[in-house]
Amino acid sequence: MTAIEAPRSPVRPARKRGVNWEKWGWIYMRASGVVLIVLIFGHLFVNLMVGEGVKAIDFGFVGGKWADPFWQWWDVLMLWLALIHGANGMRTLVNDYTSPGAVQKVLKGALAAAAVVLIVLGTLVVFTFDPCPAGSPADLLPSFCPAV
Amino acid sequence: MPETSAGTLTAPAKPAKQKPGGTLYRGREGMWSWVLHRITGVAIFFFLLVHVLDTALVRVSPEAYNAVIGTYQTPIMGLGEVALVGAIVFHAFNGLRIILVDFWAWATRHQRVLFYIVIALWVVTMLAFVPRHLINVFSH
Repeated sequence: MTAIEAPRSPVRPARKRGVNWEKWGWIYMRASGVVLIVLIFGHLFVNLMVGEGVKAIDFGFVGGKWADPFWQWWDVLMLWLALIHGANGMRTLVNDYTSPGAVQKVLKGALAAAAVVLIVLGTLVVFTFDPCPAGSPADLLPSFCPAV
Repeated sequence: MPETSAGTLTAPAKPAKQKPGGTLYRGREGMWSWVLHRITGVAIFFFLLVHVLDTALVRVSPEAYNAVIGTYQTPIMGLGEVALVGAIVFHAFNGLRIILVDFWAWATRHQRVLFYIVIALWVVTMLAFVPRHLINVFSH
C-alpha cells in the first residue's frame, strides 16, 4: 500500500520569516490585472476599432501615436505590467506541472529571461524611437515629418 | 494500488447519470472558468512575446515594420485577431470575477452566477467587436 500525501500538502514548507513573496505576487496579479484591463481595452479600441482598425496600422500610425508622451507612457506601462503579469502566471503553471529540480529551474529561468529581455527591448524602442528616420521614403512616414 | 482499492469502496448500484466525481467543483462552472483562464492566459502570453518583437521592428526601418504588420491584415490573421481578442476579453472579465470571489463573501457564494455574467459580458463585447473588425479585414 503506497502512502498518499494529502492533496494540499506543500512541496516546500512556507517561509516563516522575511518578505512573503508569494503573497505579494498574489496581490500583484490582482492589482496589475485591473490596470491592464483599462490599458489593453484602450489599446485594442484605438488600434482595432477606431477608423479602419487593423488596416490603418503602419509605421506612420505608430510614429503618430508615439509622438505623444501620453501614448509612450501608456504603452510602456502596459509592457511592464503585462510581461510581469504573464511571466508570473506562467510561473504558476510551471509550479503546477513540474516538480522542483533542474527542469523547473530552467523553465523559470527562461520565463524570467524572456520577460527581462522584452521589457528592456520594448522600453528602449518606445523612448529611442525616431518617427522620421533619415533616408526613408516620405510616404511611409508620419505626416508631420519635414520634407527632405 | 490506490485506484483499485478506491474502486472497491464505491457503492455497487449507482444512479445512472451521476456527475463525475460528484463534487461541487469537478465538471462545473468553477472548473471550467479555471481551465479557460489558464488556456487564454498562456495564449495571450505567447502572443505578447511575438507582439513586442514585431513592434520593435519600428526601430529597424519603416519598410521592415510595414512588411510584418501587413501580415496582421490578412484574412487568416484577421480571424486570429478575433480569437486573440476573445481570449483577452474572457481573461479580463473572469479575472474581475476572481477578484470579486476573493474579496467579497457574497461573490464567493454566487461564483456560479458570476461565471454566467462573465459569459454574457463576453458575448456582448464580442458582438461589438467582431462585426466591425471583420468588415475592416475583409473590405477596404
